[in-house]
Amino acid sequence: MRASDLLKPRPEGLYCPPGGFFIDPVRPVERALITHGHSDHARSGHRSVLATRQTLDIMGLRYGEDFAGATQAAELGETVDINGVAVTFHPAGHVLGSAQIAVEHQGMRIVASGDYKRQKDATCLPFEPVRCDVFITEATFGLPVFRHPPDHEEIARVLKSAAQFPERSHLIGAYALGKAQRVMHLLRDAGYDRPIFIHGALAKLSEYYQSQGIDLGRFEPATVESGAKADFAGTIVVGPPQAFADRWARRFPDPISCFASGWMRIRQRAKQGGVELPLIISDHADWDELIITLKETGAQEIWVTHGREEALVRWCELEGIAARPLHLVGYEDEGD
Amino acid sequence: MNRFAELLDRLVLTPSRNGKLTLLTDYFRSVEDPDRGLALAAITGDLSIAAVKPAMLRALVVERMDPVLFGYSYDYVGDLAETVSLVWPQPQSHIPNHVPTLAEVVGKLQAASRSDGPKVLARLLDDGGISARFAIIKLVTGGLRIGVSARLAKQALADLGKVDVAEIEELWHGLTPPYAELFAWLEGKAEKPRSAALALFRPVMLSNAIDDGDLEKLDPADYAAEWKWDGIRVQAVCEGGVRRLYSRTGDDVSGAFPDLAAAMNFEATLDGELLVGDPREATGTFSDLQQRLNRKSVSPKIQQQYPAFMRCYDALQIDGEDLRALPFAERRKRLETFVNTLDPGRFDLSPLVAFSDWETLERLRQAPPHPIIEGVMLKRWDSPYLAGRPKGPWFKWKRDPHTIDAVLMYAQRGHGKRSSFYSDYTFGVWSGPEGSEELVPVGKAYFGFTDEELREIDKYVRDNTTERFGPVRSVRADRRNGLVLEVAFEGLNRSTRHKSGVAMRFPRISRLRWDKPAAEADRIETLQALLD
Repeated sequence: MRASDLLKPRPEGLYCPPGGFFIDPVRPVERALITHGHSDHARSGHRSVLATRQTLDIMGLRYGEDFAGATQAAELGETVDINGVAVTFHPAGHVLGSAQIAVEHQGMRIVASGDYKRQKDATCLPFEPVRCDVFITEATFGLPVFRHPPDHEEIARVLKSAAQFPERSHLIGAYALGKAQRVMHLLRDAGYDRPIFIHGALAKLSEYYQSQGIDLGRFEPATVESGAKADFAGTIVVGPPQAFADRWARRFPDPISCFASGWMRIRQRAKQGGVELPLIISDHADWDELIITLKETGAQEIWVTHGREEALVRWCELEGIAARPLHLVGYEDEGD
Repeated sequence: MNRFAELLDRLVLTPSRNGKLTLLTDYFRSVEDPDRGLALAAITGDLSIAAVKPAMLRALVVERMDPVLFGYSYDYVGDLAETVSLVWPQPQSHIPNHVPTLAEVVGKLQAASRSDGPKVLARLLDDGGISARFAIIKLVTGGLRIGVSARLAKQALADLGKVDVAEIEELWHGLTPPYAELFAWLEGKAEKPRSAALALFRPVMLSNAIDDGDLEKLDPADYAAEWKWDGIRVQAVCEGGVRRLYSRTGDDVSGAFPDLAAAMNFEATLDGELLVGDPREATGTFSDLQQRLNRKSVSPKIQQQYPAFMRCYDALQIDGEDLRALPFAERRKRLETFVNTLDPGRFDLSPLVAFSDWETLERLRQAPPHPIIEGVMLKRWDSPYLAGRPKGPWFKWKRDPHTIDAVLMYAQRGHGKRSSFYSDYTFGVWSGPEGSEELVPVGKAYFGFTDEELREIDKYVRDNTTERFGPVRSVRADRRNGLVLEVAFEGLNRSTRHKSGVAMRFPRISRLRWDKPAAEADRIETLQALLD
């Protein structure tokens, strides 16, 4: 069987004709397989959804319990038969519940990785390389300039700055699903034991992470009721990045805006966004992780989805691996 | 190296002056000699390292990686130093066991010959991580561009040692990197360094602005008046054959004014204003002066077209005698005699303005005889020359600012305390024929309003946004809708960079005109009439 007969791009998303399902469709479909809970991959309104238990839970928290007609939880490593196509979910290391989806039919195996990273992350299971014929990779950070430093070094910079500027508060912008909880966990790993103040948009997901056994320590809502301006001096506050441009941020004393994202590798990005302390913490693979992963899958062919495809395709050319961009639309950079 | 790299990274993104000072003092406190002194020299521009051309840097990197991948990377990042620091491939065979210190890096770069320079640089880049590589490239390509002036670095030193910044400035030009004796003194471990160097900078005396009611308390007989020239304050020092022209903050600017420096053949320290033109014939305007500012090198043509001269108004030292303790009246006498002996094409005397009462002076101030005069200076006849800005002996009484009614067009989010406020305003005035007027932006201002007014404007901006691009919002502004801002400014220059053809000097918001309809704001012709 040819790979392009097993999975092909359609306006709704990646489609499997023999299996009759889509992977991460951006429009409502009959049958959807979903890699992880970020809103550009996990949308509501499908007739049926197959995803990991945690991804289903997260979709329920974000969209309400009736986000799909029917749901089915996929167990990691267990193969499900869909119209004769063997489908297996494997951990992707991106956020809690994230998975790659391996699709196999008549001796052809394609792995759709969704979003993934290789750096260790205590808030989710690590990425598992799966041998395959075709590997579908993201390329969010698909340029040799993206090299993520160890996350604990980045967190150490926040703590150093907090000690240097005890009269100010540190506002860490981090996406609500995954990054925020990872940042909180990293702060705990670094020995920070004071309460972490959070924006309301993070509350439900952070509580869910706690319920899944991921210890984030004590966090409190950063409401005006919880303190006067001076009470936030020296505190660390985590919230979605867009909230820092908002009037919400005025309750904090002379805040230092920090942003936890792989984009922070580029100084101009930080500067334009008014970020004073960029934290290069990403839930996506950096350049080195991408190319290591492409090699480890042993794939003869690479399909590149969203991001900076051209550089990754060029690298594959130089390595003698067939590669092509898929030009899927509708995926943004949520989660970083 | 990593600590220096981290410092650069933080400084470049820290907008507030106090934040930068904290970062600098913490660095100087925690880093040992000689690294901290070399960092200081790098920031103040006193570190000499043979420069590396961008083309060479690019050649080094494409020897090591696919040029196409490098091209994609450079296109994306846009900055060569940053791109190279990120994409530089760490050689597999060569795992450095320690990141070099700043002193090691500087030592190797300074010792490198012209021919082995590229190899030495490449080896250093192999040894460093991403941040260290970025800092190394910044060092060799010249110009850190981190938004820290030499003056600010000196202020950080003053904060570190809890001394007055004037003390640092006075010592500065007698010291050389890595400044170990300076740090030892600031940390209380040694005596203040004594300098035997010649032609050092002497911290200058500054004035206070006249406030409402000040004049009533002053006796006109106690004060001399001079024109306030809108040039650059300079200090010309010649001592034992060493000639230096310093800016007000003690930066050596001799290189930018070789014509003036060449005429400095005397033994003295003079205080005055740098202007262009020929003092015997005509003094240039501020636009003329600008032709000589912020240039790395000055062509003979420019020097001829816009010759620099110094209009002297004080003498700190003449023929080895320190005059600073003498009263102004006495210093002035000595100065008058001395300036007469100098090249009249390069030095003249700032004339005193005769007046008997404040009303007379006020009339003169309102109608000065030359466009480069921006007001009058008052100096107490009996005042000694004191460093800094003592209250009482010297006053500046500036010409009233110009004002114009303009319409708010764009608002940008601020930084730090103001990061949740739209606090930087671009404003425009009307242009074009009647019936089809358009707003043309004429300037940008981000202060002059109270916190309460800031909140009001911020709300207005949020309620009247028409478009957003990143941190900037377009605000509804047409003949019927718009917020009129009264903008005060000191002067106007022609500008080829701005669509309106004018650039304001020192603009600030002086009043919010909620009451004024947008259509009644000023027209561009009002501004054009102000151009000299």
